[in-house]
Amino acid sequence: MSGTPADWTLGQPGLAYEACIACGRNWYFQRGFCPRCGSTSVEMRASGCQGTVHAITTVARAPSPEWQARAPYGIALIDLDEGVRVMTHAEPDMAIGDAVNIIFSPMGSGFFPVAQQRS
Amino acid sequence: MAWITGVGVTPYGRHEGSSTVSLMSEAATAALADAGLERRDIDGLVCGYSTTLPHLMLSTLFAEHFGIVPSYAHGVQVGGASGLAMAMLSHLVVEGGAARNILVVAGENRLTGQSRDMTMQTLAQAGQHRYEVPLGATIPSYYALIASRYMHEIGLRSEDLAELAVQMRRNAVRTPGAHLRDPITRDDVLASKPIAPPLRFMDCCPISDGGAAFVISKDPVNAHSLRIRGCSQAHTHQHLTEAPSLVEFGAGPSSSRAFANAGVGVADIGYAAIYDSFTITLAILLEEIGFSARGASGRDAAAGRYAPDGALPLNTHGGLLSYGHCGVGGALAHVVEMHRQLTRRAGDRQIPSEPALALLHGDGGIMSSHVSMVVERTQ
Ligand SMILES: [Zn+2]
Repeated sequence: MSGTPADWTLGQPGLAYEACIACGRNWYFQRGFCPRCGSTSVEMRASGCQGTVHAITTVARAPSPEWQARAPYGIALIDLDEGVRVMTHAEPDMAIGDAVNIIFSPMGSGFFPVAQQRS
Repeated sequence: MAWITGVGVTPYGRHEGSSTVSLMSEAATAALADAGLERRDIDGLVCGYSTTLPHLMLSTLFAEHFGIVPSYAHGVQVGGASGLAMAMLSHLVVEGGAARNILVVAGENRLTGQSRDMTMQTLAQAGQHRYEVPLGATIPSYYALIASRYMHEIGLRSEDLAELAVQMRRNAVRTPGAHLRDPITRDDVLASKPIAPPLRFMDCCPISDGGAAFVISKDPVNAHSLRIRGCSQAHTHQHLTEAPSLVEFGAGPSSSRAFANAGVGVADIGYAAIYDSFTITLAILLEEIGFSARGASGRDAAAGRYAPDGALPLNTHGGLLSYGHCGVGGALAHVVEMHRQLTRRAGDRQIPSEPALALLHGDGGIMSSHVSMVVERTQ
């Protein structure tokens, strides 16, 4: 794999996770070292953006006027096929156990991840 | 060993014109009076934090304001678990000999001191700043995610959660100073507006102004001193995305270690003071600690197990859900009420069972930090 994977937290339409070369562990929050074995031999990888709904809710009362304008919106924890759990938005009428694709919805100058039912 | 020798709490609710230090002072004054101690007797001070008065040195700020000159003082921050962490720390400091009488105090004008949007934004920072907060997630939505999974796996229902809200309100109806005192029914809870499904408005605690305090002493300085018999903590994660499980949390290991340290079992406990920021918080904690079987906490509440005259009286002041939640002071009010009940000084609210042992449990963050404590009446 070459180049830096797209990462929505950096304004790009993609979902990246960090992987440990030494022990094989994958995780979501970038930290530059492995929280299990301590190795600094780690790399960012692009997720295939497929997974399963682990938990899901809908935000009716948003934390800011900007988000309230978009409310209600779904929030979910998705277990990616790469073994990493991530938080995303979710399209309506989804349930725990649903197989999903994660797409990237534009917001301001960037994107945020949205889980949608895989058909 | 250390003793909880005096307690004090203000009314919780809307107190226009109050401030962090005014509420702390009011509670501290009451706790000192209850302990029968003077300012000069206090050589330790443990505070929490206040979102309306962010300060690097809240403990010394308060010491100066209140008029004490402690030889040991600082703040503690583990979110909602701070109150019991402050109690546990004071217990250890007193046992270690660094202080004889430690004032533990918290207060905050969280309701009137800032806008509701500001409070929501401040609290949402318990989320991860890069991966969670930018999604517009809120504290209720984090707990709702837990609720969705827990209810899916365990079989707990919204009706069960509602029973816990009803019990907390029944208790608050009898408690002067409680923030929410209008009686509610299970159907009221189920009909209240959705906040973050499955959590509805009445599944969530209010935001309150208030303060609470107690004194932890090396010696039982009066006839109503209670002994701290064992404590423990567990910290499994900070952010929900990294939680190892949405069904098993730190309350299990924290409480079982506290029981072991105290040399008692779950069945020996006669009073429960359990953190209840949301009904799902209370349900999970009751079930994980072992007071109810998994999925049974709501049915147990409906059957009266957690009523003041039940087998295990719970948060008899109304808890966070109805007495109110002012930040760090929220969980300290649980300690104050436990103290009054175990020492038979709860007046009209006095529980008939006269238990000798209580378990206190606090949760901070998103079920992230857990503190458990066993307290005993020895006389
Ligand atoms: Zn590793």
